[in-house]
Amino acid sequence: MNAWKGQDVISTMNWEREAMESVLATAEKMNVAFRKKQRSTTLNGTVMASLFFEPSTRTRVSFKSAMRLLGGEETAFGDPKTSSSAKGESLYDTVKALETQVDVFVIRHPNEGAAAWAAANTDVPVINAGDGNNQHPTQALLDLFTIQQNKKKLDGLTVLLAGDLKYGRTVHSLAYALSKFDGITLQFYSPSTLRMPSFMLKDLREFVKVQELDSMNLADADVIYATRIQKERISDPEEYRKASYRIDLEVMKHAKEDAILMHPLPRVDEIAVEVDRDPRAKYLEQESNGVPVRMAVLSMILGDRS
Amino acid sequence: MTPDTQKDEFLRVRKIESGIVIDHIPQGNSLRVARILGLDESNQATVSLLMNVPSSSTGLKDIIKIEGRELSERELERIALVAPSATLNVIRGYVVAQKFKAKLPEVVEDVVPCPNPTCISNKEGRPRLHIREHSPLKLQCDYCEKVYSEDEFSF
Repeated sequence: MNAWKGQDVISTMNWEREAMESVLATAEKMNVAFRKKQRSTTLNGTVMASLFFEPSTRTRVSFKSAMRLLGGEETAFGDPKTSSSAKGESLYDTVKALETQVDVFVIRHPNEGAAAWAAANTDVPVINAGDGNNQHPTQALLDLFTIQQNKKKLDGLTVLLAGDLKYGRTVHSLAYALSKFDGITLQFYSPSTLRMPSFMLKDLREFVKVQELDSMNLADADVIYATRIQKERISDPEEYRKASYRIDLEVMKHAKEDAILMHPLPRVDEIAVEVDRDPRAKYLEQESNGVPVRMAVLSMILGDRS
Repeated sequence: MTPDTQKDEFLRVRKIESGIVIDHIPQGNSLRVARILGLDESNQATVSLLMNVPSSSTGLKDIIKIEGRELSERELERIALVAPSATLNVIRGYVVAQKFKAKLPEVVEDVVPCPNPTCISNKEGRPRLHIREHSPLKLQCDYCEKVYSEDEFSF
């Protein structure tokens, strides 16, 4: 049974392992078609509304490509400069105005809870493409997909999440998603002011072993997940300098030989460009997995309409 | 002034004919309860606010008496949030007509704003939170998913 049909994709907080595995299995099939540039008619006649109230390049383009490859259409709204959101239209009014014309909403919004709020106010399925500093669930799915492709498993891994863990929505989503697999150790490394929120640590400790590291120690990690620290989060430049980290080839010498290095991109200075030639660097592959994983999500939510 | 009326003047609080008595408010929380009830300078009712009253069960407590007033469901839920131990007495004709404990429902909808200033509900309205832990009380926003303790809510 497809547990995703007609469902919203809002937060990984309460996801079950089986539901995630079913998307990953579908994404495997989609990946084959995607790499061969094969189009299908699976979602012929369906329309995806992209409501992006915040800048996005990768996520928006990959949702659009995913829809196109499945035979569906994308209608884009929400460019804050040109759409009616610039005139102060509420999210509620935008969703209500469009719900009869579209089959799924993809929403990115600077406010936490925006996608959940929209979902509570429409029967049309809503996919959260990033809500403020809260969640980015489809990123977590493509992260899991990338880990599974490279490590051939999702159980028994030690995963180091580094960077801005307080405001980083990708790490929140990935940490909760991983917590449903067996034998996981989550290692967290962040500046003290940008630690994982305490209620999240409490939630995660119920399922997995959690370690907060004092330094960027790569030695035990099977997966290193680096994220950027936004300058505007730390007002003191000296504090920012101390908090920021950089992974270069020298640092990578301390990582396991079979570790993988991931990053949700865009990167700033966290990973030196020279690391791109290290075979353990998987962030570009990770990025390209966005399309097949989002194809899987869209096809499972909207069902086979052909 | 007769000795009797003089004595009366020194009574801590008189009985009220009709209105509400909110008893067993945790010590120090009566001003928050007063704010919830909108007891500011525009208020016309006679209000008695007692702080640090000795209590056999909790040591010290606060009490608020408001004459000629009953409470709405929303006010009751907000009081339950800041004063979960409070007892509410509805007074009619100088006697207690009803007595019940403040009780916070599992889901609190449109009662208090989410303390997260960037939560969508503070922009679009209709905040909704649910009880995540009872003791100490913690509420989680159904939208932004952040978790807050009782003292983080402002009124």
